[in-house]
Amino acid sequence: MSDYLEKLDHVTDAVDPTYGDTEIQNYTINFGPQHPAAHGVLRLVMELEGEIVERCDPHVGLLHRGTEKLIEYKTYMQALPYFDRLDYCSPLGMEHSYVLAVEKLLNLEVPLRAQYLRVFFAELTRICNHMLNLGSHVMDVGAMTPNLWLFEIREDCLNFFERASGARMHSAYFRPGGVHQDVPLKLLTDIADWLDTRLPRLFEDAMSLVVDNRIFKQRNVDIAIVSKEDALKWGFSGPMLRGSGIAWDIRKAQPYDVYDRMDFDIPVGTAYDCYDRFMVRVEEVRQSARIMKQCLNEMPEGPIASFDRKVSPPKRGEMKRSMEALIHHFKLYTEGFHVPAGEVYVATESPKGEFGVYLVSDGSNKPYRCKIRPTAFSHLQAMDFMMKGHMLADTTAVLGAMDIVFGECDR
Amino acid sequence: MGHSAPKIVNPEGIAEEIGAILGSMLVETVDHADELTFTVVREELANAMIALRDMGHYQQLMEIAGVDYPDRPDRFEVCYHLLSVTRNHRVRVKVSTDEDTPVPTVTHIWPVAGWLEREVFDMYGVVFDGNTDLRRILTDYGFKGHPQRKDFPLTGYVELRYSEEDKRVVYEPVKLAQDFRSFDFMSPWEGAQYVLPGDERAPAPAAPAAAPTPKATESKADTGAGDAANKKAEEKSGDAPAKPAAATDEGKGAAKPEGKA
Repeated sequence: MSDYLEKLDHVTDAVDPTYGDTEIQNYTINFGPQHPAAHGVLRLVMELEGEIVERCDPHVGLLHRGTEKLIEYKTYMQALPYFDRLDYCSPLGMEHSYVLAVEKLLNLEVPLRAQYLRVFFAELTRICNHMLNLGSHVMDVGAMTPNLWLFEIREDCLNFFERASGARMHSAYFRPGGVHQDVPLKLLTDIADWLDTRLPRLFEDAMSLVVDNRIFKQRNVDIAIVSKEDALKWGFSGPMLRGSGIAWDIRKAQPYDVYDRMDFDIPVGTAYDCYDRFMVRVEEVRQSARIMKQCLNEMPEGPIASFDRKVSPPKRGEMKRSMEALIHHFKLYTEGFHVPAGEVYVATESPKGEFGVYLVSDGSNKPYRCKIRPTAFSHLQAMDFMMKGHMLADTTAVLGAMDIVFGECDR
Repeated sequence: MGHSAPKIVNPEGIAEEIGAILGSMLVETVDHADELTFTVVREELANAMIALRDMGHYQQLMEIAGVDYPDRPDRFEVCYHLLSVTRNHRVRVKVSTDEDTPVPTVTHIWPVAGWLEREVFDMYGVVFDGNTDLRRILTDYGFKGHPQRKDFPLTGYVELRYSEEDKRVVYEPVKLAQDFRSFDFMSPWEGAQYVLPGDERAPAPAAPAAAPTPKATESKADTGAGDAANKKAEEKSGDAPAKPAAATDEGKGAAKPEGKA
């Protein structure tokens, strides 16, 4: 680290020799690793000319936990909770990619109610994630109140997750073959009430303070404009790609679970700047609520997990009466299930963009390789080109509009 | 009905079309689970990618994944996942390489490849020819080794802690309170080709020699990393090669192998 900095100092010395008193030297500063607006442990080495950012080199990996390596040593079921811990702001979005990848390798059919439940909670996750991102973006550029109001909504979401799965954040609710357990009817009616009353009131209130606010617009409009071509070249996905005017949403283009039955719109940006990315997310929250209402209307009764006992465990009551069920349960929770050899790349539309899982199986009960495609990795990489020529204070706005979580970026 | 993973429809005759685009650069086409994989000649990778982007309309490079197969002569596979937002289709392009042979970079085609290649380099030690910024990315400053290789232990080699005496973080060799446990799930009824402990009636000498070794890593020599790495591991643990490899387990409370009784 230190020799790298020394080298940098040296480079700037050579490029910019001091001729007289008027000559101003570029200087290099560290943004982070502990910075409240960095949304985690990000270290940005920035080269400044006055207050203008000339070059910006993000150093990531400070939260690297070797998730991919650990997964190679776990059974398919044991690997699932690691996905909650990747993007800890939208845990179910991460699980969704993984269970779909496993199911694709197994070619396993999932009951309809389970598919509805998954879509339902994936959209609740999207709302939950956007509350954190919109709120912290607003706070990074100077407003305090909306963040507190949006956290009210996030708190409600976490309570719903707790009632569905038992855990507020790391739910481990989606399983290969369905979901872990059915939800009580009262929970669904409570969420329906919440969607009709509390969510729109709190959310629209908070947004009314922000979207037309003069200061907020001054800080975001025309900041870090990314053209369509650049967005494609830099591997953007999700709201970042839609903010650049490309109407690409995996939920629509390559529908998974029951998204092909849902009726929703894809918002796109027109000016391709930070403000557009923010507004795309705002509209996505409303569309998510719309999808959730459709799920509630259409959700059928029925089983919530596959009946393939070689993959999904039997119910507890069944286990007490049937020897076969007991054996299946024992085998699944010791050895786990074997997945046919092969490789798949499954990507879903997580709240932050395309979250992909490249799963290679060798036919055993553990993944041979599980490569995780984080959304933040390619977005953060574009930081250098997006920041060029902007002021130092714009860094927080650009970072906030990227929606980066380091659990996922660093894995 | 089948699985409910993202539905991607392969356009009619897409494999032949891409085969024609790639021409002699193509080595092999695999269609598995509705996903197309094209293995290309390593030296021609950049040209193949330009052809796929311009003629095949695969505008986006979403992911570069490395995979390690220690048994193969070219042990590393580098998989490029391409996405076409106009045709709504995904393909995978693969090249294979070994520790020393560089793979041509694609950073001039997609700048996003910069970090993705850095990650593959960091995790596997695959070198990318033409990438001007091939630094480590995810591991610690000053890290040694390539952790995603199959012969790299899960625990790593060093652990760090804050030393109250030195007032700084110090690195030390890993000391495990309990040995790493790796369970063998091969069923004796489904073709586990080795003698079970205590099974006197089994045809003892023939079976273990002919059969492939089971997927268990009980000693440092079982990593499947090849002779060079095994030798290194033996040197490190101070074993004479004639001694059984399990002798290193002594005194750690691990299950003693049957031969010692």
